[in-house]
Amino acid sequence: MATVSIPTILRTHTGGEKSVEAKGSTVAEVIDDLDSRHNGLRDRLVSNGSLHRFVNVYVDDEDVRFAGGLEAPVRESSTVTILPAVAGGKR
Amino acid sequence: MQRIAGGPYAGGMLVIRADLVEEIVAHARRDHPDEACGVVAGPEGSDRPERFVPMLNAARSPTFYEFDSGDLLRLYREMDDRGEVPVVIYHSHTATEAFPSRTDIGLAQEPFAHYVLVSTRDPDSHEFRSFRIVDGVVTEEDVDVVESYMFAHTGADDVPDRA
Repeated sequence: MATVSIPTILRTHTGGEKSVEAKGSTVAEVIDDLDSRHNGLRDRLVSNGSLHRFVNVYVDDEDVRFAGGLEAPVRESSTVTILPAVAGGKR
Repeated sequence: MQRIAGGPYAGGMLVIRADLVEEIVAHARRDHPDEACGVVAGPEGSDRPERFVPMLNAARSPTFYEFDSGDLLRLYREMDDRGEVPVVIYHSHTATEAFPSRTDIGLAQEPFAHYVLVSTRDPDSHEFRSFRIVDGVVTEEDVDVVESYMFAHTGADDVPDRA
């Protein structure tokens, strides 16, 4: 099982847990597994088949945007970190 | 219901040391006309901003800011290791008032942070304001600038000192 680090804003879905376990060999599978136990998480991360622009997902310190996106590989020993972007602007 | 210091029941005020305000304003001036951004980290549950961490604006833009994704990961790892949270998340507006824009509100994803805005549109004076942004709802809060947290009171008798 991979370890998934959950940011503050999504802990309402995990009963306050900062870190949960999930199985899957890709980011997409890990998110599906998370969503099966923590209903609603998928919609907070994915829309129209890709990750939200302002949610960052890292597998073992690498931003998956540069490693295959939702298809990025996840190993049993991996740590998946979800962090909301810190961003804004007047546009 | 659990009461969380720094959460939505904390009393609608940012108490912050004067030297941290100066650092934030100096960073905003330095990066003008681009938007400057960063955090002031503090112990989890304390609602006390202590450690000034200026960040690079990866967008390098006068109208947008975003932490670099690698920097963001390192920042949160470091805060986790130290038992800290981002008590303050600050950025500057360089041509408009120090009030959250629609984009700021839409992208705000730290419900327990004080979102500080500094306007540098006037070269001789600055605006420094603080907001909570939760689920798209903006609430301005008072800013109490203190020399030291040792003697800082929250102003309400039913809330203990933060020393």
